[in-house]
Amino acid sequence: MYRLKKIFTTDSYIVPLVAIVLGFLVGAIVMLVGGYDPIAAYAALFKRVFGSPYDFGEAVREMTPLMLTGLAVAFAFRSGMFNIGADGQVMIGMTAATVVGIKLAFLPSFLLVPLAVIAAGLCGGLWAGFAGYLKAKRGINEVITTIMMNWIALFLANYIVRTFLLLPGQNRSENIPASLSMTFLNSTFDNARLHWGTLIAIAAAIFFYIFLWKTKQGYEMRAVGLNPHAAEYAGMNVGRNIVKAMFISGVFAGLAGAGEVLGVFHYQSVFAASPGYGFDGIAVALLGLTHPLGVILAAILYGTLTYGSAGMSFGADVPPELIRIVIGSIIFFIAAQGIVRWVLKPFYFKRKKEKVL
Amino acid sequence: MSAAAPVVELKQITKRFPGIVANDSISLTLEKGEIHALLGENGAGKSTLMNIVFGLYQPDEGSIEIDGKPVIIDNPNKAIELGIGMVHQHFKLVDPFTVTENIVLGMEPKKGLKIDYKSAAEQVRKLSEQYGLQVNPNAKIHDISVGMQQRVEIMKTLYRGADILIFDEPTAVLTPQEIIELMAIMKRLVAEGKSIILITHKLKEIMQISDRVTIIRRGKVIDTVKTSETNPNELAEKMVGRDVTFKVDKQPPTVGQAVLKLIDVSSKNKDGVSVLNGLSFEVKAGEILGIAGVDGNGQSELIQAITGLRKIDSGSINMSGKEIANLSPRKITEMNVSHIPEDRHKHGLVLDFTVSENMVLETYYKSPYNKNGFLNNEVINQYAEGLVKKFDVRTASIENKARSLSGGNQQKAIIAREIDKNPTLLIAAQPTRGLDVGAIEFVQKQLIEQRDKGKAVLLISFELDEIMNVSDRIVVIYEGQIVGEVFPQDTNDQELGLMMAGSLKRGGNAGV
Amino acid sequence: MDVLGQLLNTTLVFSTALIFAALGGIFSERSGVVNIGLEGLMMFGAFAAAVGGYYAQDAGMGAWAPWIGVLCAMAVGVLGSLIHAVASITFKADQTISGTVINFLAAGSTLYMVKLLFDGAGETPLIDGFSKISVPWLSKIPIIGEGVFDSYPTTYLAIVLVLVIYFVLFKTPFGLRLRAVGEHPSAADTLGVNVNRMRYIGVMLSGMLAGMGGATITLTTTSTFAHNTISGQGFIAIAAMIFGKWNPLGAFAAAVFFGFSQAIRNYVQLFEWSQNIPQEFIFMIPYVLTIIVLVSAVGRSSAPSALGQPYDPGKR
Repeated sequence: MYRLKKIFTTDSYIVPLVAIVLGFLVGAIVMLVGGYDPIAAYAALFKRVFGSPYDFGEAVREMTPLMLTGLAVAFAFRSGMFNIGADGQVMIGMTAATVVGIKLAFLPSFLLVPLAVIAAGLCGGLWAGFAGYLKAKRGINEVITTIMMNWIALFLANYIVRTFLLLPGQNRSENIPASLSMTFLNSTFDNARLHWGTLIAIAAAIFFYIFLWKTKQGYEMRAVGLNPHAAEYAGMNVGRNIVKAMFISGVFAGLAGAGEVLGVFHYQSVFAASPGYGFDGIAVALLGLTHPLGVILAAILYGTLTYGSAGMSFGADVPPELIRIVIGSIIFFIAAQGIVRWVLKPFYFKRKKEKVL
Repeated sequence: MSAAAPVVELKQITKRFPGIVANDSISLTLEKGEIHALLGENGAGKSTLMNIVFGLYQPDEGSIEIDGKPVIIDNPNKAIELGIGMVHQHFKLVDPFTVTENIVLGMEPKKGLKIDYKSAAEQVRKLSEQYGLQVNPNAKIHDISVGMQQRVEIMKTLYRGADILIFDEPTAVLTPQEIIELMAIMKRLVAEGKSIILITHKLKEIMQISDRVTIIRRGKVIDTVKTSETNPNELAEKMVGRDVTFKVDKQPPTVGQAVLKLIDVSSKNKDGVSVLNGLSFEVKAGEILGIAGVDGNGQSELIQAITGLRKIDSGSINMSGKEIANLSPRKITEMNVSHIPEDRHKHGLVLDFTVSENMVLETYYKSPYNKNGFLNNEVINQYAEGLVKKFDVRTASIENKARSLSGGNQQKAIIAREIDKNPTLLIAAQPTRGLDVGAIEFVQKQLIEQRDKGKAVLLISFELDEIMNVSDRIVVIYEGQIVGEVFPQDTNDQELGLMMAGSLKRGGNAGV
Repeated sequence: MDVLGQLLNTTLVFSTALIFAALGGIFSERSGVVNIGLEGLMMFGAFAAAVGGYYAQDAGMGAWAPWIGVLCAMAVGVLGSLIHAVASITFKADQTISGTVINFLAAGSTLYMVKLLFDGAGETPLIDGFSKISVPWLSKIPIIGEGVFDSYPTTYLAIVLVLVIYFVLFKTPFGLRLRAVGEHPSAADTLGVNVNRMRYIGVMLSGMLAGMGGATITLTTTSTFAHNTISGQGFIAIAAMIFGKWNPLGAFAAAVFFGFSQAIRNYVQLFEWSQNIPQEFIFMIPYVLTIIVLVSAVGRSSAPSALGQPYDPGKR
């Protein structure tokens, strides 16, 4: 609680807030230049999200994988790595959950569902851990390997679905009997596809926080992330920590995959291209300043924007890609904090002046 | 002195940084053909002042005159134009480039679109002959000696036609013989009409070579005196502001059993070059063994080998009767080895951890700091609080990041952590580098105190004075080998210097 | 065997874009700025080439239209890279994050513009693009003639640029300064070389070249720009740059290798024995090869020493 208070009393939150405002401004300018009405567009965006219980539920559904992939990227970041491969890890997690969910369907549900979820996390973790291993043992930049492994994961997932799980005549797997859906909320949210994955995501964020800042293992990972030389000097096994951190990062992403197939679609498609979960995860992690609480908040913002963007194109005819520009700008302003400070300067100046008067 | 205007005149230069006044109304003149020493402790403001002269910083107040004309030097280009050249303490040389490439960078002679390397190399050779600098124009920087690297730095300024040369702590990395050579070069430069500002905190050199000395302390000029009219004690007192002896107080050692024993240790680096070459020595309980040597002769690798950060290919490292060669750093730490690392930012601290987190960097996994996998922050904070008090680490709070501490306090924090582990062997690598006199005294006192408690202390330093003053016994390392073993009371700088340069072997197991 | 000639020809078609982008990466990283935004810069280029080429063609410029497309791509690439430069050089933002921002902004803004310009369509109208030019005499040489000397003009341009950039980097004052800034910025600074200016130039050149790489894809392969036109080529270009040790000749060889591994998947399918291999595994080839190659090559040992560090003159 003390920590929480500290987060909100320091000025660390001012920069992201101003960055968000600036990002929306950039979006508005882009819309004005394109001949659109930004106010109508933004209004349509928020109306879409908060307009009906169904839409609100669906927006939460949209936020869920963002939380987990955001946590995945953030966790790796804290340990000194840039995991661009959350995308592939999600795909592998999906596939693992689908395989278990279909092939072990004879098991009772209370065994099957947890097993499928665990398989997803484990496989996602191993997939990411391999990139960590290559970095630890061979010094290969994880950015490159994780990107390459995204493609490999995409094709591998498609191969498995097409060869072993295909629903005849369709470009997708059979239906998965295992389900993470929260069916008891169906009436409240008008059959929006809410599922237990959201709670898993929040649990993951809590785990993230406690593990990294309260445990011995987390202490090691932070040390490795901040200064691998000092960590080695202090007797920590840098390579092992890198692999472990990537594994945990991949587990988060894999769980996101489980939520998608077991909670939302109940089958797995053959994907023509990468679904882009990892790409979003990077944005969420950066928006959330790689802090678990920040990541959850960022996922809520990002989910709101992306889900609402459909409303924006429907209500004000604005291409939904505009939201990417808004989000890109927000991250830009957060990364280049100097710009935000520069924008804020006149404010601080003014305030001081007022005090003098 | 003639009526001509001084080549450089600084008038009441003031430079403020957040929280401190680095230069407080400093005035100084440099006459033509003069070697003018600028004396002060680390952090006194010497480097700031010279960076202002060289255009890297702008003064907040005051003015600069060159040959009697007021000038504004707002970037290094302007300084170069005005004939000012700087020989930096940390050489500004691009390692994978050749000597010539480094010298001509930014002022390349051209033939068509190409750099005319032929005429460039020719010019380098000419300058090299004129001033007796002896550099090989086509050698790569990472293949040449430190002394030659420094001559390349000098050459860079001469190539640009500098008449005013600023030497920033030029002798810090040189052997006594190389220092003599450097002095000769400086004399020759002055004879050729150049003027020199020499920044240093070494009194011996000032007495040997300078014409005048300006002493600054805490950003203020204390005095400017003629070298011929002063003496080292007076200078020292003015520099530090109180009577200092520079002699370390210590009793003769009570030497016990050998604690650390290295026999024939060899190790190659990743390019297959031998960095440790069959090296043998031992450190006994209750003594401080100093390892003298020029930077880059295997000192870092030696420490890495002892502490488990580097694998050795052959030989034996024995600690209190147990073989520790090629064990993990953690296993070795657990044998009661403490290590004050050479580079405190790279190895000693996680700068973005709090002071308190840094205090348990090697012990966090042990009880009581670790309870069932969870860190016990209360205990850790209590422990850190205690250490901070005991070793007088100045920090507003133990929750502050280590980054926010001054260099001296960062070093104190490391020393606190390492000494408090109650080691059998304490390895101190360059423990006083970059610290001011007060902090240096503190660190050296701690080392001697550990020795008096019967610990074995291994001291690695490039500062000959420190080796001579603090050690009970000295071994000299050269190209990964021990080439000499002497007692400080029966040797001198000259002899050590010859050994450090590899041209003399003496005593001990030098021949092995 | 004209299959070999065709394979070589296709290899060069795929390689060309990678060569441009990898050369761009070299300029940026040799100056000390990590450029993970190559993907986005290629996207900017591909988009600008498609749009510029379309309007030029519309205006009746015929065979010149694709060249207008290339020019537009270079210009837009430079503009895009300026975002990276401002953030990472002037405002000292984390270079990896700032590069990621480029990728984001490119993905969003190009499609936004496409929809804006072409009434909500998901891709640009088809354009003619470049045609292959066969070099007299040389194209008659067996295999090599068909493989190399009957290529798109962009391919010839890329090969010439490899040599030009090699010369610029290693023989001219500009190259010496650029490399010095990436290795030891404060050394360059004290000799009067403006570190940030050199880095701006490096990043902008990388934007220009990556833009040309993107243009190559629209003007020789896809004839249109859509969300999946680039699909990872920028990242493969980064791998080519690393594998080529930040040297134009090395990067060229690596880019050809990656182009080959993309080309071969079309050719493998011509053989009967390949029918038993699931297509997914054939699709994986370039990516698996990239990892294998990186595993067997040395790590980042030859990377510029100051790569990724903003220059702060106050720190020494």
